[in-house]
Amino acid sequence: MSEDYKWHYGFFLGCVIPNRYPMIEASIRSVFDHLGAEMLDLPGASCCPAPGVFRAFHIPTWLVIAARNISIAEEIGVNPITGCNGCYGTLRDAWYELEHEYELKKEVNEYLAKIGRTYKGNLEPKHVVQALYLDMGLDHLKDYIKFTFSDLKIAVHYGCHIVKPSDKRPWDGEYEVPRFLDEIVELTGAKSVDYKDKYMCCGAGGAVRTAVKEVAADFTREKLMNIREVGADIIINCCPFCHLQLDLGQVEVNNFYADIIGEPFNIPVIYITQLLGVAFGMDPNLLGLIKNHELTGVSPFISIDPFLNIIKNQLI
Amino acid sequence: MSENVNKYIKRKVYKKTSSRIAQKFVDAGLQEIRACINCGTCTGSCPSGRRTAYRTRSAIRRALTGDESVLKDIDIWLCSTCYYCYERCPRNIPVTDMIIKLRNIAVEEGYILDSHFVLANNIFYATGHGVPATGENNKKWRDLRESYGLPPLPPTVHSYPEAVKECQELMKAVGFKKLMDNAAKLKEERAKAEKKDKEE
Ligand code: SF4
Ligand code: SF4
Repeated sequence: MSEDYKWHYGFFLGCVIPNRYPMIEASIRSVFDHLGAEMLDLPGASCCPAPGVFRAFHIPTWLVIAARNISIAEEIGVNPITGCNGCYGTLRDAWYELEHEYELKKEVNEYLAKIGRTYKGNLEPKHVVQALYLDMGLDHLKDYIKFTFSDLKIAVHYGCHIVKPSDKRPWDGEYEVPRFLDEIVELTGAKSVDYKDKYMCCGAGGAVRTAVKEVAADFTREKLMNIREVGADIIINCCPFCHLQLDLGQVEVNNFYADIIGEPFNIPVIYITQLLGVAFGMDPNLLGLIKNHELTGVSPFISIDPFLNIIKNQLI
Repeated sequence: MSENVNKYIKRKVYKKTSSRIAQKFVDAGLQEIRACINCGTCTGSCPSGRRTAYRTRSAIRRALTGDESVLKDIDIWLCSTCYYCYERCPRNIPVTDMIIKLRNIAVEEGYILDSHFVLANNIFYATGHGVPATGENNKKWRDLRESYGLPPLPPTVHSYPEAVKECQELMKAVGFKKLMDNAAKLKEERAKAEKKDKEE
């Protein structure tokens, strides 16, 4: 841990961020560093494991592997932090269960002992947005704002597991109409536009995407239609799986539901730290916003150029 | 849960089902759903039920009456775990968690989709990631990482082979491997029986 930083976290990467949307990883690392928060690696961390998938197959496996992941952060002595709602769901729910059930914790530790690890449970797992809003606070973020985007209309998508189950989340039980992500977005001068069923799920979670892609895409279709209806320029979110579903899923919606959606969708999907970073005046290369490769079939699947165009005057 | 209550649930609620499945429902803590008043708030809140035949209330009802069919059809796998039903149930039933428990029992009975099986057995167990970046097919993702100034593989299990072994050891100890092998066996037996049925 370095004394140059005010905050220290153990960056729990999960799967989708590092392995499919590395621009999100780059932007979280850069923005947190910029804000005075140190992001330490959690060497050898695995899949969280995904709360609607692997927990749905076998709860004990889910709990033990989650406890192992948290124990890596404990070894370093920092709170684990994730930029993914799914990982947040797992780490937080597992932590909550183990905090409240002593017998369960004992059992989990018997398994972990086999690989020479222990789970203590003294460090609360956090979400990137939770750190921004509750640890650092809006006032701290405000100090860093260099540019504002008054022309930008944003559809904010929360996703599910950042707010629910609300009894295991830090938002004072609010799950119907949370505001924290909108408040962060509004720091950038952009307008967070209201849209129908704003808090609805993207459709990817709970193993649905792997089960029946068309069903997941139909959730997404409904969201996208509601977002287009209010003329939002971009979607801001705080979860790589929602991000994938809204980005790659947008292509799928355009294919599966061409006959009912009218014009194909092409709404740029941007992660919250990418937006914040530009408002802070940071180099867009550090935020994963500039394409530096000739690869095909990689993310983002929907061009973010319309977004870069709107903010081009502020780009370095 | 006292011995008496357990008996009551099995006698009154799971009367008509095989005692093996009934016992599984009880063991999984599904007795909480006895508080269900069939109000339909869960179904009314469900974004999945708006576009599929999945009805949360009906799944809960079927579990409550020990109806094994709830384990077999795809319905419970169409829940996106959005937790609206969990939040809004007026009887405080942790509905989403109950669906997850039903899925656990379904997998135990060999009712797991092929795509989920591959994800669990061939990807998660083998690599420690649910969405990996290793292997020839995934080279583009490693290249993409590098294009953003990141190392080709993240500092996760991907960079620490002994960590994959740790995870596998845990998964073996806690019964995941056995569960998957058993599910594969049951699936195969069922497929064979179905094929035979068709031929006859
Ligand atoms: S909301 Fe609760 S009480 Fe109402 S039908 Fe669903 S599970 Fe039963
Ligand atoms: S958690 Fe599942 S069952 Fe409950 S409302 Fe959401 S999608 Fe429907």
